[in-house]
Amino acid sequence: MNDAAPASATPSPTPITAPLQPGQVLDGFVLEARLHQGGMANLWQVRRETPVPGEDFPLIMKVPRIKGGEDPATIVGFEVEQMLMPALKGPHVPRFVARGDWRRQAYIVMERIEGDSLRPRLDQAPLPLVEVVEIGIQVAHALTDLHRQHLVHLDIKPSNILLRPDGSVVLVDFGLSRHDFLPDLLEEEFSLPMGTGPYMSPEQVQFVRNDPRSDLFALGVMLYHLSTGERPFGQPVSVRQLRRRLYVEPIPPRAIRPELPPWFQEIVLHCLEVRAERRYQSAAQLALDLQRPDAVPLTARAHKLQRSGLVRRFKRWFLALGEEPDAPASVGAQLARSPVIMAAVDVQGATPALLEELREVVRRLMQTEPGARLACVGVMKTNRIGMDELTDAQGRSHHVQQLIALKNWAHPMTRELALEDGRLTFHVLEAPDAADALVEFAGKTGVDHVVMGARASSLMRRYLGSVSAQVVTQCACTVTVVREPAQPDAPPSDDDALISPSASN
Amino acid sequence: MLADHMKTALISDLHANRQAFEAVLGHARQQGVAHFALLGDYVGYGSDPGWVVDQVRALRADGAIAVAGNHDLGVTQGPRPTMNEDARAAIAWTRSRLSDDQLAFLSSLPMSEEEDDCLYVHANAFDPAGFAYVQGRLEAMRSLHATECRYTFCGHMHEPMLYHLSGTGKAGDFKPQPGVPIPLLPNRQWLVIPGACGQPRDGNPAAAYALFDHDSEELTFQRVPYDVEAAAAGLRAAPGLPAGLADRLAHRLVAGR
Repeated sequence: MNDAAPASATPSPTPITAPLQPGQVLDGFVLEARLHQGGMANLWQVRRETPVPGEDFPLIMKVPRIKGGEDPATIVGFEVEQMLMPALKGPHVPRFVARGDWRRQAYIVMERIEGDSLRPRLDQAPLPLVEVVEIGIQVAHALTDLHRQHLVHLDIKPSNILLRPDGSVVLVDFGLSRHDFLPDLLEEEFSLPMGTGPYMSPEQVQFVRNDPRSDLFALGVMLYHLSTGERPFGQPVSVRQLRRRLYVEPIPPRAIRPELPPWFQEIVLHCLEVRAERRYQSAAQLALDLQRPDAVPLTARAHKLQRSGLVRRFKRWFLALGEEPDAPASVGAQLARSPVIMAAVDVQGATPALLEELREVVRRLMQTEPGARLACVGVMKTNRIGMDELTDAQGRSHHVQQLIALKNWAHPMTRELALEDGRLTFHVLEAPDAADALVEFAGKTGVDHVVMGARASSLMRRYLGSVSAQVVTQCACTVTVVREPAQPDAPPSDDDALISPSASN
Repeated sequence: MLADHMKTALISDLHANRQAFEAVLGHARQQGVAHFALLGDYVGYGSDPGWVVDQVRALRADGAIAVAGNHDLGVTQGPRPTMNEDARAAIAWTRSRLSDDQLAFLSSLPMSEEEDDCLYVHANAFDPAGFAYVQGRLEAMRSLHATECRYTFCGHMHEPMLYHLSGTGKAGDFKPQPGVPIPLLPNRQWLVIPGACGQPRDGNPAAAYALFDHDSEELTFQRVPYDVEAAAAGLRAAPGLPAGLADRLAHRLVAGR
């Protein structure tokens, strides 16, 4: 069914009992050297006896370490990984190559990722803020990709994050993960919460295993630790200690390191909210804030300098006693509920009628999805070559005026939909080419749906080209192009063939 | 024996629905399937029992696995006392539409078949002729304990479902998503219910079946849309089938309930 299949074809279930040795050949893979001996598995550098065309990357073999007799945690975790890995693709997971039959010798052969895990960086914490933010952005991108593939990782921590030489991130170890479309082998197996103590989300402590927002909590724990040098919830060793995070808040990061900016504390505490519905609703929404600190809406979280008092803590403890978390139906359902919508608005260039129509279309989208996040984006043109004449003072004021105009455009909708709670951000991009800037912004911030206006007059479009046409062609996501409602007696425009009034791709 | 076929199409609860069976056979052959396992209930409810039985017979002559379902036995041996009124009426009508030859073929079907590590049976492994339903983990566990086979393929329940039993004796269940390959790892036992081809009851009228790839050990549930309206019209036009019954059965097909 996929090219992963051949290795499991060997129908010879004679178990291998002797320890694996360098030079040994297993199902056509030559074991070259043991790279790593871990608690749960060993890693071997391997190569194919007979190279497979197109498989031009180095390989490793992961072999579970089964400790004497039955060891359900290791066995089932490895089974889960064998089941999930073939279903995953893209740059943020190692490519799956083959799996070994349990009746003989269980293993997974996969792409070897060049680069270290983030684990050593933990010992160097606190790290400079720019580095922490960059790590956060890359991990959020990787999570966006995995969540879109209907997978929630459930064990996000530095040792499971590999950094490629180019700075992008690869997530490994799917032994605790959950996929919407594959059976959850762990669900019934164990009666203790599953995860890594310091990183486990409150809902994981309460046995919810399908909420992608659990990974955002773990990422929040990581960002907290990397930026302050301390763990927000310590190193719990019992379920009782694990449950403390349901009612005891972490010390605000700025109380430990006052030089951290309020926007950063806002982001970290937003990730660490006890109730998943108060967290970022998707990794893309988190990536958006990490990439645009100046646009992060600051709330009370940003300014706290101590954790809540005993009375509030007691109240939360009391409420947490019998409480069950509100779990989503699936990873996919949670993601579908929380899109990032981008409204590209040319406040100066568009007619009032088009601006109103655009706002109406955006309002309808936002109204149907209470978890949606709206980014209103304008573009300020800059010269292609050399410094702009409107340097600093005037340039800044142009920028600010654009922001004011954008906010003014969104105002009626902001009030009606109560978007003030951080679901709405404004961005003015400075670039020589509007379409390029919009496409880049949408790609980088993981936008799900772009809504934009078409240039009003066909004459303008002919000479200047259509920005919306370029965005429609180049954006990877859905694009809706909004047209000014036609006048009843107006002749049909001559180049409408390019984009129909409600073109979506 | 499995050497010359890599993929088996698992088809159950055809219920004399010619349109659905044709669509599923076409879909499976398009996926390169040459081996079929038919899990019983070829007749009952639908308007084309003769055609469906002839197809099953031809497939079986070609090496397909075919086991008997409770409706097939009902037609040959008389309805079971636990059957509801519509099922009994449909069985009586079906019997009148089948030739002696076709009835003899249905009587000749075994209750279960085993091939390599696979058990094929209509209802369950613990009492194939009793036709108890595998309604949840408890019955699934009971069935998996009753066989040495790693894989059990059964029907009788009309909703697609996948059960598994780990080495430590823990059972799990899973409602599958059509089109997604699921590796049935050899470390545990699996019980597969592909869903009904001829009378789906999970709210989706499309015909259900599943594909098992013996080499990669991957199972893929499938849903195949077919001409439901034609099957419903066939019921309403079936000579001798009581109008009220025909109407109820046609409604079920359209609603997938």
